[in-house]
Amino acid sequence: MTWLADNWRTVLDLALSHLYLAGIPLVVGLLVSLPLGWAAKRWSRSYPALITTTGLLYTIPSLALFVLMPGVLGTKILDPVNVVVAMTVYTVALLVRTVADGLRAVPDHIEQAATAMGYRGLRRLLGVELPLAVPVIAAGLRVAAVSNVSIVSVASLLGVSQLGDLLVDGYNRVIWGELVTGILACVTLALLLDLVIVTGSRVLTPWLRVQGGRA
Amino acid sequence: MIPSLVSWFTDPANWSGEDGIPNRLLEHVAYTAEAILVAAVVAIPLGLWVGHTGRARWLVSLANSARAVPTLGLLFVVSLWLGPRITGDLAFVVPSIIVLALLAVPPLLAGTYAGVQAVDPAARDAAKGVGMTPLQVLRQVEVPNALPLLFSGVRSAVLQVVATASVAAVISLGGLGRYLIDGIALGDYPRAAAGAVLVAVLAVLLDGVFALVQRRVVSPGLAPGGRGVSGRGKDSRSVEVEADSPSTPVRAPA
Amino acid sequence: MIRFDAVTKQFPGGTVAVEDLSLTAPTGRITVLVGPSGCGKTTSLRMVNRMIQPTRGSITLDGQDTSRMNEAQLRRGMGYVIQHGGLFPHRTVLDNIGTVPRLLGWDRTRIRARSNELLERVGLAPELGERYPAQLSGGQQQRVGVARALAADPPVMLMDEPFSAVDPVVREQLQDEFLRLQGELGKTILFVTHDIDEAIKLGDQVAVLRVGGRLAQVAEPAYLLAHPADDFVADFVGRDRGYRALQFQETPRLPLRSEPTIVLGEQPTEPYAGWLLVVDDDRRPVGWVEPHRIGTRTVSTGDLHRGGTVATEHGSLRAALDAALSSPSGRGVIVDASGSLCGTVEAHEVLTAIEGTRRPERRGSPA
Ligand SMILES: Nc1ncnc2c1ncn2[C@@H]1O[C@H](COP(=O)(O)OP(=O)(O)OP(=O)(O)O)[C@@H](O)[C@H]1O
Ligand SMILES: [Mg+2]
Repeated sequence: MTWLADNWRTVLDLALSHLYLAGIPLVVGLLVSLPLGWAAKRWSRSYPALITTTGLLYTIPSLALFVLMPGVLGTKILDPVNVVVAMTVYTVALLVRTVADGLRAVPDHIEQAATAMGYRGLRRLLGVELPLAVPVIAAGLRVAAVSNVSIVSVASLLGVSQLGDLLVDGYNRVIWGELVTGILACVTLALLLDLVIVTGSRVLTPWLRVQGGRA
Repeated sequence: MIPSLVSWFTDPANWSGEDGIPNRLLEHVAYTAEAILVAAVVAIPLGLWVGHTGRARWLVSLANSARAVPTLGLLFVVSLWLGPRITGDLAFVVPSIIVLALLAVPPLLAGTYAGVQAVDPAARDAAKGVGMTPLQVLRQVEVPNALPLLFSGVRSAVLQVVATASVAAVISLGGLGRYLIDGIALGDYPRAAAGAVLVAVLAVLLDGVFALVQRRVVSPGLAPGGRGVSGRGKDSRSVEVEADSPSTPVRAPA
Repeated sequence: MIRFDAVTKQFPGGTVAVEDLSLTAPTGRITVLVGPSGCGKTTSLRMVNRMIQPTRGSITLDGQDTSRMNEAQLRRGMGYVIQHGGLFPHRTVLDNIGTVPRLLGWDRTRIRARSNELLERVGLAPELGERYPAQLSGGQQQRVGVARALAADPPVMLMDEPFSAVDPVVREQLQDEFLRLQGELGKTILFVTHDIDEAIKLGDQVAVLRVGGRLAQVAEPAYLLAHPADDFVADFVGRDRGYRALQFQETPRLPLRSEPTIVLGEQPTEPYAGWLLVVDDDRRPVGWVEPHRIGTRTVSTGDLHRGGTVATEHGSLRAALDAALSSPSGRGVIVDASGSLCGTVEAHEVLTAIEGTRRPERRGSPA
């Protein structure tokens, strides 16, 4: 681990870029998925169409998506925006379905009770349905977080720098310390994001802990 | 971008020889098939065993948490470690196939296990009750009922492997990834973009093929919410949509 | 014949589900195990086909110790209807029914024929055969469960609350069909329920279990109702057990009175006070009318009061009493087997008849 001791500043910088490239898409993806998922639930005809489209997007391999982004966005191939947009696409592809299913799983009688008490439209969504769907949405977000962190490292092959650089450089120059550090840093980052999501979900759903946390 | 892509695809030089589209496509499919086969031989029986006996569930959790390891890192480590021990062309192929197979194990294992777990306990109980031997219970009841989730595991694994196989071009593997990696290295954008299109199309096609196989193989009785005969066609569609359910294994496209 | 000999089951963890159970289920009869939830009914049943191994004691089947028999063979020779349906969701109804014959290696055409035959036997339409369990109602699923258990024509049937998941009307229907079927087939049946009414209706012999898996009493239904062994059994069989017991007492010669009648579609010929019984052309009672309401019109179906029940000549005292109590005139209508009027009887006359039957019965024994 002498390699890490000598290079910890670089590692930290790269980890921050990595966090940015994997984390921003998580937040943006979630914000985009909420209305889309809600729409898929609200208009049940749109559900299969939305699920099929997002499923298709999710099928496209990440390296391919990274390479195609400049053609679609008109950006340069080295532009980190390509990676952020591609990762957002993946996050949305994964979360729309999760959000729709999470909202659909809210029992009918609860929705009806809320409506009967005068909850309506957006207030019912924000006050009743969304909180109850939090555990399901959080589960989807955790999967997205772990996969995002892994995928982002591939962007090093296009010259967008983050922790993946350690992997590529460590391999090219056969520096085991660097390679292993890169892997461990990625895993740590994934676990950290996971922890944040789990904690956030717990804070948002205090009632589940009272019942003995069946989430 | 479109014109340069079109001219790349219409250039006859890109359709023949070792670096031609047919050969690269074939290589890519072959790597995928080999890796999935190797992984399936290990993961599916293991998943059936864990699901059937309920023993060693930690194996599934372990495989799942192993997904946090970046695929690129795994590729490099195995290649650096094994490469020098193998001579000739195999030096690139064998480590890559091993990594691809390793990556296919978690979705296959989790899908199979979740499938067996999801079998209605009453149906399993009835199977024993009518006098099926443990092997008959597995073959006649648990496996057919596990198929929807098992298939979603297989499809996740296939996508994962197709994606990672293109990344593996960086450790000198053949396949469609060559266009991507070489295109990027040479600053030949049309070539890289063409590779991206080919890989994306291959992934979508393979997933479609497995969706069709799944529709044929999975009993219509297992369609979710399958009340009413009229709904049959529509229901098997939703089995297919079910495939990437977040509660079950979700792959990380590498 | 199934014989429990001092059978005890203690689960790992300490729960004693069944304790020292000795019981005989005679060949060709229905033995019902009844008791509150958790009293060990399912456990007792499942020890018979060795889905659960007894901790102590032995279970014999026609004198043969089941613990020495091959498990799969033993189970294939016993129909088992499990508590929660347990149909195979991936197989069609016909394939579900044909499960055991297939395990036994019958040829395809024979399995097909047998499955279709059973489908009809349990009262399901042939077109349901190609459906999957998820496409059936709860009641239909339970019928398929029964058909599957009967498929290889096993001499022994183990049935765990087979009619529990349906509404009372359908349950009644299933029970009637089940009794009719048993009348034809004469199986040795061990039947589990927590519904005492079902136990009394179906059982040739009823075993009441108490929590902890101890046998409280085993007797014929009538004896159980008349002579509960202790407070637990008395409580369990319920408060109106005296009334329910009447269903086991055949109507003795009741003093039937002849009843003035009017045929549907005719006019009253003479003034008549109070209720008048209306019959059809075959003298089958169809309802009651009050003549002053129709005057000299003809009696039409719209005029009928249809409140009363009808009892058959050799039916139970319970039915006769009910006919009298539910009749607007206070006179219960008694008909013969073909449904034609025999006469009427009043409640107090039925009660007198009941008094006359009160002699202690000597069947069954408290355990
Ligand atoms: N596998 C098991 N392990 C431990 N305890 C068990 C097991 N199966 C049953 N029990 C316990 O044994 C007792 C009897 O259970 P059983 O299922 O036989 O009851 P039951 O009479 O069929 O009840 P119900 O009417 O609710 O079906 C219960 O206290 C139950 O909790
Ligand atoms: Mg039970």
